[in-house]
Amino acid sequence: MSSATLAAPLAPARRPSLAAGLRHTFTLAWRSLVQIKHNPMELLDLSIQPVMFVLLFTYVFGTAIAGSPGDYLTFALPGIIVQNAFFATMTTGFGLNNDLTKGVFDRLQSLPVARWAPLAGRIVADTVKQAWSVALLLGVGMLLGFRVGTGFAGLLAAFALLLVFSLAASWISVLVGVLVSEPDKVQIFGFMVIFPLTFTSNAFVPTDKMPSWLQRWVEINPATILADALRGLLVSGPVAGPVARSLIWAAVLLAVFAPLAVRALRRRA
Amino acid sequence: MTYAIRAEGLVRRFGATTALAGVDLAVPTGTVFGLLGPNGAGKTTAVRVLATLLAADEGHATVGGYDVRRDAHRVRQLIGLTGQYASVDENLTGTENLLLIGRLLGMSRGDARSRARQLLADFQLTDAAERAAKTYSGGMRRRLDLAASLVGRPQVLFLDEPTTGLDPRSRNELWDIVRNLVADGVTVLLTTQYLEEADQLAGEIAVVDHGRVIAQGTPEELKARTGGQVLAVRPIDPADLPTVLAITGEVTGAAPEVAQSTVAVPVNDPAVLPAVVRRLDAAEIAVAELALRSASLDEVFLSLTGHRAEQDAPTDADLERILV
Ligand SMILES: Nc1ncnc2c1ncn2[C@@H]1O[C@H](COP(=O)(O)OP(=O)(O)O)[C@@H](O)[C@H]1O
Ligand SMILES: [Mg+2]
Repeated sequence: MSSATLAAPLAPARRPSLAAGLRHTFTLAWRSLVQIKHNPMELLDLSIQPVMFVLLFTYVFGTAIAGSPGDYLTFALPGIIVQNAFFATMTTGFGLNNDLTKGVFDRLQSLPVARWAPLAGRIVADTVKQAWSVALLLGVGMLLGFRVGTGFAGLLAAFALLLVFSLAASWISVLVGVLVSEPDKVQIFGFMVIFPLTFTSNAFVPTDKMPSWLQRWVEINPATILADALRGLLVSGPVAGPVARSLIWAAVLLAVFAPLAVRALRRRA
Repeated sequence: MTYAIRAEGLVRRFGATTALAGVDLAVPTGTVFGLLGPNGAGKTTAVRVLATLLAADEGHATVGGYDVRRDAHRVRQLIGLTGQYASVDENLTGTENLLLIGRLLGMSRGDARSRARQLLADFQLTDAAERAAKTYSGGMRRRLDLAASLVGRPQVLFLDEPTTGLDPRSRNELWDIVRNLVADGVTVLLTTQYLEEADQLAGEIAVVDHGRVIAQGTPEELKARTGGQVLAVRPIDPADLPTVLAITGEVTGAAPEVAQSTVAVPVNDPAVLPAVVRRLDAAEIAVAELALRSASLDEVFLSLTGHRAEQDAPTDADLERILV
């Protein structure tokens, strides 16, 4: 018999190559994105919620906090973008938990796919979703009077910083997604943590308008630091300090939560 | 003989629970091997270890000649897995689910697409191909799940309780699919709680309980060990029960039991049935029900372990009713 006619290779590869792993990652990212087609609620989540926040904050709080909706938007849009980014990281844990509870994760693990690809694929897809809602937030903000005061480079840098920070923060979401018993609990966790976190930052209200006992926390709150960095990169003000501190926060989150999440995932799977 | 699956002394603990307490298995290439046992016996754990999803604490196993730990990636290129719960992505269509697997297996877009189309046709899912899997019925989901595990034409297929929760028609369809796969040379490891299913499909059965293989053999050997079949007789008038008890005991030479106004007695020879009928007739006993049914998992268990399986054994599925 000629060996050329054999369907299966005689000696299958011992481990997947890096190129194969990247291919798996993009295939799995495609899978997360194409789901939106069949789950229009997700698109609404990604679109309506951010726009609603911009409109509500600008017209309900704007005049009271900053004197006019336009001035308030200049201050608050970076904060709204930060809050939106925090919420967006929750989709990673939500999707992962869905895969774990529905058995899809097992199926993927039984395939000759790089071990890191399912997670990486999710993160790539969630980054695309994040980019979409940030673009939408900026677009709506500009229609309502927000102006980028720095330039295109500032815009790109702001976007890059946001992605780096989100990538690090997604590990919290991954950990929660592995530990809880059902997807909805990831969302409940998100609301319980993210609302208090962003509302006790200067995302929506300047630090000096906060109660004095809260101000010390506001200043070290990562949401404050990231919002300040975005303000510097998008509007005006100091850049180096807040950007450096944002990166330190990202490094800390990564160092703490990535190992915990990977260990929990190994244990659960 | 070559073995597609070999396991020696597999032990796996979860905290205080010992899910596998030293399991040995040898599955010849091209056969169907049944792992039969009640809930919690360790079937899923065994499948997960063999399918490289879980590490065993002790022992080792090979699939297709490759060690499931050291050569996991190679094993994964040979196997297909259909888990206990249909693990399809509910937010993808049937086509997309299969495309995803094909692409992950390294097929070109065109190849993945034509493989998906072919499998959907084989599994009567063509009409539902472009609908999200969340709209599928339980039987359709199971079929899609099985199709997904076949995209890469696996040499070894793991089916973990593939028909649990299916109606009898879907179950029969699934059995036919498995038979066709074996005809194509695929080795299948099937877990089930139903003796009838193992009987229908498997050439060899291992009965597992509390993480141990407590009996192994062909379906015929196992059934012979449990007394084969059970004859059940229910007289219309419960006052006739003692007479029925006496007649059945006499004809079969076994010890009948009474439960719920029904006399049950193990029989090894189906020919006793006409004899019992004649004797009941002669005694002018009117019967509401006279049935010969195969030994249920519960009875297999009872006879092998001395304790009943924790959960209810299938009843209707195993009944072969002869109505008089
Ligand atoms: N991930 C797990 N964590 C803790 N206990 C588990 C886990 N998986 C299985 N078990 C336990 O191991 C035993 C065997 O389970 P399993 O292999 O699922 O049995 P079966 O598939 O035969 O119903 C059960 O007692 C079950 O509760
Ligand atoms: Mg099971």
